[in-house]
Amino acid sequence: MTQTGPFNPQTARRHRVGRVWSALFLGAIIIAIIALGALLYNIIDESFGLAAIENRVDPDSLAIEGVPLEDLSKEQLTEILAAHVSAGLLRRFENDQPFAERDRASVYALVLERVVEPQIQATWSLTDSLFRREQVLTEAAEKYPQAKVEFRSWLTPTFLRMPQSSKPELAGVRTAVLGSLWTIFITIALAFPIGVGAAIYLEEYAADNLVNRIIQTNINNLAGVPSIIYGMLGLAIFVRGLEPLTSGAMLGVVDATTANGRTVLSAGLTLALLILPLLIINAQEAIKAVSNSLREASYGLGATRWQTIWYHVLPNALPGILTGTILAISRAIGETAPLVVVGASAFVALDPSGPFSKFTTLPIQIYQWTTRPQDQYRSLAAAAILVLLVLLLSLNATAVLLRNRYSRSV
Amino acid sequence: MTLTTDHAPALSNARPATQAATRLQKRLRLSETLIQGFLFLCGAISIITTIGIVYVLGRESMLFFASPEVTLVEFFGTTRWQPAILQFGIWPLMNATFMTSAIALLVALPLGLSAAIYLSEYATPRTRSVLKPILEVLAGVPTVVYGYFALSFMTPLLRTIFGANTVEIYNTASAGLVMGILILPLVTSMSEDALSAVPRSLREAAYALGATRLETAVKVVLPAALSGITAAFIIAASRAIGETMIVAVAAGAGPNFTFNPFKAAETMTGHIVRISGGDLSYDSIDYNSIFAIGLMLFFMTLTLNLVSNEVVRRFREVYE
Repeated sequence: MTQTGPFNPQTARRHRVGRVWSALFLGAIIIAIIALGALLYNIIDESFGLAAIENRVDPDSLAIEGVPLEDLSKEQLTEILAAHVSAGLLRRFENDQPFAERDRASVYALVLERVVEPQIQATWSLTDSLFRREQVLTEAAEKYPQAKVEFRSWLTPTFLRMPQSSKPELAGVRTAVLGSLWTIFITIALAFPIGVGAAIYLEEYAADNLVNRIIQTNINNLAGVPSIIYGMLGLAIFVRGLEPLTSGAMLGVVDATTANGRTVLSAGLTLALLILPLLIINAQEAIKAVSNSLREASYGLGATRWQTIWYHVLPNALPGILTGTILAISRAIGETAPLVVVGASAFVALDPSGPFSKFTTLPIQIYQWTTRPQDQYRSLAAAAILVLLVLLLSLNATAVLLRNRYSRSV
Repeated sequence: MTLTTDHAPALSNARPATQAATRLQKRLRLSETLIQGFLFLCGAISIITTIGIVYVLGRESMLFFASPEVTLVEFFGTTRWQPAILQFGIWPLMNATFMTSAIALLVALPLGLSAAIYLSEYATPRTRSVLKPILEVLAGVPTVVYGYFALSFMTPLLRTIFGANTVEIYNTASAGLVMGILILPLVTSMSEDALSAVPRSLREAAYALGATRLETAVKVVLPAALSGITAAFIIAASRAIGETMIVAVAAGAGPNFTFNPFKAAETMTGHIVRISGGDLSYDSIDYNSIFAIGLMLFFMTLTLNLVSNEVVRRFREVYE
């Protein structure tokens, strides 16, 4: 055919251009995947690795009759402690909590902290520890001749059990995790009923009038407000304005550790307001998805509006509502900025005991460790991030499972 | 279905014909009204929240501007922010916010849109089902983790590439690049929704005219989805401006009026976090100043969100 002549070269060129661009489009996704990979690699790389540890007293020298330090009984540990620290310090420990009431773990922790006093002089990343091991060892031997170089995992069961400490070797995330759990508990208790209630109102009751349109638009806009603004709202209203309530003074239960209104309760209230728009929008989607024939069948049988909602709409929308709620909660768990503004404490070594305690949360702990210049804190932050990511991942996996089950049943 | 027990009375009531039915209608059911009232209150809480935000930010900002040390002209007209010596010019903070956001958008918009085009126009359902969860994981990582990533990975990387002398330990480039990764999934998922909403018939018409896949995607599908994509871009900008933890960790802790992305500079959000994280006494000028910054932030993001809604509403192409 004569006509194909002039077209052919152009067609080939067009297809070539198409191939180049499709590679570019795919490249964008690959870049995103590489970024995710780099993020995970970076965190794992910092969480494990060689560390040069110097002990003030060699733990082997503390062994009694061949029994190593970590297997000694509480009484033996107390004796070691008494032998190595001053009488005044011992009295202070006794005053904090009598030794008779302390459990073995807490005495062991004291012995480690006050007698052995391990100090991490330097840390190396996992990559260095694995592939440049010899160089690291010679470097360590030169710089820290006293220190023992050993492979250290920062993420250990001890790390989960120990409270925050001023010594990075002994610090853990216990207070932070408990603080997060308390805060999230309050957040859910408030946000879930209110969020679902608002969604029911907007989907099932609200007539198309001005007030309801304003509510709907307003919820959509609130979802786009930066989280730090909620923090400022919480600071001005909950921490400052409602201080008698949030500090527990109104109920006569002021916690000994409380710093004014900067409590778990204030944090929970702030986060509840923050995730409310998200929760309402998700719940609305779930309620919308319930087919109208169900409602009509229920009305047809003489059920009232609420009976219809309670017995037919809600049970059918529940998996969707729960999925949305879990996603909103995982957002709240990772939220940092508003809680810094509301006044999370920089250093909390005591477990939160209720809604009126001072608090810190896992992301805030990560933030504080990240902003310290020393390497050890970098590793602590990485280990805490792993804890946070595992927590979030399991929550999200639950949401995905729920969603899959739900979409199959419809 | 487990209708039986609870609805049996309702069924037997309905039997004695129309009279009973009309009586049922007239009877005021107190519990139903109460429930409806409670649910309305739940909805109204969102209004109260908005009023609360505007009131709190407005009131404290008024106090800030009413204090003798501060004037509106100084606030918007000077380039030094040093509360210690009572200098309150917003521009260093605004400038840093614009710099980090611009860098983030430079990363996120082209990459996000490309990824969206690939997912919606090229990928097989199987590939999509693998790739989408990865993007969702990226979107689910808390921002403080990205802050850590910026400080302990991106900054050293930039320092190796450009030299440790040019790149400071805290810099806006690193924060901006990582923020770009953070908002990339948002751009992708919103753009992909817009692209997928374009009806198949348009694509098929283009193919029938001999267009290649690229030509169909770029010249037919993309223009048809333009309103949704624009909205995605605007929302992304709003997210970037309000993003806090990455810049608080990696961009620097001191207001600095500079256009050099390798220098440290504190953003508006970063400043709020640093000031409120320290010892803050109520009604001090520091306390009030962060609310003035917050008010600016609120208006900037609100405007962007409203514009994005308006774009969707006005320019959306509706297909049958």
